[in-house]
Amino acid sequence: MTEATQNVVLHVADVYKNFSGLKALSDIDLQIVEGQTHAIIGPNGAGKSTLLNVIIGRLAPTSGAVIFEGAVLTGKSPHEINQLGISRVFQTPEIFADLSVLYNVMAPAFARRDGSFRIDIFHAVEDQIEIREEAEKLLHDFGLYDRREDHAGALSRGDKRRLELAMCLIQRPRLLLLDEPTAGMSRHDTNSTIDLLQTIKESGMTIVIIEHDMHVVFSPADRVSVLAQGQFIASGLPQDVKGDPRVKEAYLGGAVE
Amino acid sequence: MFSLSRKNVITLVIFSAIVLTMPIWLKPLGAAYPGLMQKFVIYAIFAIGFNILFGLTGYLSFGHAAFLGVGSYTAVWSFKLLTMDMIPALIFAVIFAGIFALFIGYFSLRRSGIYFSILTLAFAQMSYSLAYSVLTPITFGETGLLIARDDPRAIDAMLGVNQSASGMPVPSLLGFELGGYSGFYICAVVLIVAFFLSQMIFASPFGMALRGIKSNQTRMMYTGFNTKPYMLTAFVISGMFAGLAGGLLAVTDPIAGAERMKWTESGNLVLMTMLGGVGTLVGPVVGAWLIKYLENIFSAINTNMLNNFFDFLPDGVQTVMVTVMSKFVGEGWHLTLGLMFVLIVVFLPGGLVEGTERLVRRFRRIAGPSDEPTGKMASGRAGND
Repeated sequence: MTEATQNVVLHVADVYKNFSGLKALSDIDLQIVEGQTHAIIGPNGAGKSTLLNVIIGRLAPTSGAVIFEGAVLTGKSPHEINQLGISRVFQTPEIFADLSVLYNVMAPAFARRDGSFRIDIFHAVEDQIEIREEAEKLLHDFGLYDRREDHAGALSRGDKRRLELAMCLIQRPRLLLLDEPTAGMSRHDTNSTIDLLQTIKESGMTIVIIEHDMHVVFSPADRVSVLAQGQFIASGLPQDVKGDPRVKEAYLGGAVE
Repeated sequence: MFSLSRKNVITLVIFSAIVLTMPIWLKPLGAAYPGLMQKFVIYAIFAIGFNILFGLTGYLSFGHAAFLGVGSYTAVWSFKLLTMDMIPALIFAVIFAGIFALFIGYFSLRRSGIYFSILTLAFAQMSYSLAYSVLTPITFGETGLLIARDDPRAIDAMLGVNQSASGMPVPSLLGFELGGYSGFYICAVVLIVAFFLSQMIFASPFGMALRGIKSNQTRMMYTGFNTKPYMLTAFVISGMFAGLAGGLLAVTDPIAGAERMKWTESGNLVLMTMLGGVGTLVGPVVGAWLIKYLENIFSAINTNMLNNFFDFLPDGVQTVMVTVMSKFVGEGWHLTLGLMFVLIVVFLPGGLVEGTERLVRRFRRIAGPSDEPTGKMASGRAGND
């Protein structure tokens, strides 16, 4: 790899993960470079979600380590990892269904500003003009401004996903993790999400996308790594990976050609 | 500092007016005597505090009566050892209840959902049993903790305060002895302050974080919030409100007994909050008033009164009616309470406040063309009633 001179944001170093004898991940080595969009693709059951959970600290690797900007993430709790600058979008949107859309976006901004715990009862949420305006602007960009007073639970699935993305972006993360951002979406919603990703990417954000649909990541990704049976079988530029016979085999189960 | 939205200020002003005019508007309802009004006000404080935990975080504690009890015991001990002035009594009541809540909350909050509820219930029942048995030197078990003429009262003695020559010493505020109405007005002011505090918590980023925990704890953690201290703080704050209520109970009647810590008291608190409306500002207050009012009425009714009431019926029917109804009044008032609770939960799951809101909305729709936006937040449900 020629990335040695570039700034590596996230380094997944020699990670192995076993589930009672079953090898879910083996010999995973991954470097995410600042400002790049890195897609991790693979068929269902390849270990994508396991890898993501190892990165985010939900699962502890059997061996190896995850290093984010010099800090070891292994053993840290989710809120600590977030405070370091990693925001995550889930496969099924995790939002505050009982709160208004606006509050959904404001809450993460408070976490960014005030840290993981702060008691302040002397300033009303309504009076936090700066954060409010920032949230409203973001909602505007995401086409959710008109629904800012609605319960977030009342949004459509596609809108919930966009809301969750907005919740992550208002934190201005150093690294954005997306877990199948278009799963269960219509073609139209998928395309608008791809456009949105393109815009986010152009803002200079470092992004990791986990996806099984190669079509989704092909245009926004700078790098693609293909995971199959817990190992990387290919890694490189999207067009190179796409033509790799091993990738085709992994995806189609080797039943063709 | 102390910023409240216009709407919250209006709510606070109206609320204060309602509380302070209680002696007037309760008269036609036959409930305008100080002893009962003090109960209304004190239990409203209790419910407001409980709602900060249950309403905002969704964690249902079944042991809040323990904090009320601790508050009462602490206040009476302050009367016995230090001074008959209510201020130190209340301060110590709040602090001790807070410390106690910190301890119980620390362990109980390791679990969520039903396990959390059971843990708080277990802790409260333990406290109740302890107050009855092992801790008798402190609590005086079944007799209850009473003040006596010859208590040390170090501060009073030092300042040379003389209690009234005859009878028991009376709780006072800066030398002014508290009686029926003055006791009520003091409690009323404390309630208004408690309501104001709860408004601020509801409107603050802290309150928003608590609501976030209720809504989606996973998202809270992955958004960078450390949820544990938030919940523990909410638990301690609500425990302190309960301690304040317990302290006021002792101020209005300087006695503390273990029965205040019994699980039925915690259960009543849950009913009050749910009856009025969980997570709304005024709901718990309404619930507390309604339950204390009905308790006052139903538990006073006896068989004689029922006989008089059903006098117009034929003899046999009258006997049957009186026999049936007598199970629901007096000692059996809890049967009525239970029935009422079932009806509310089934038909008005959001409590009376939400029921009223729904009624108002329907009325508006009939009255004018529908301009009511559907699915809108009632502006956060925080600043409204």
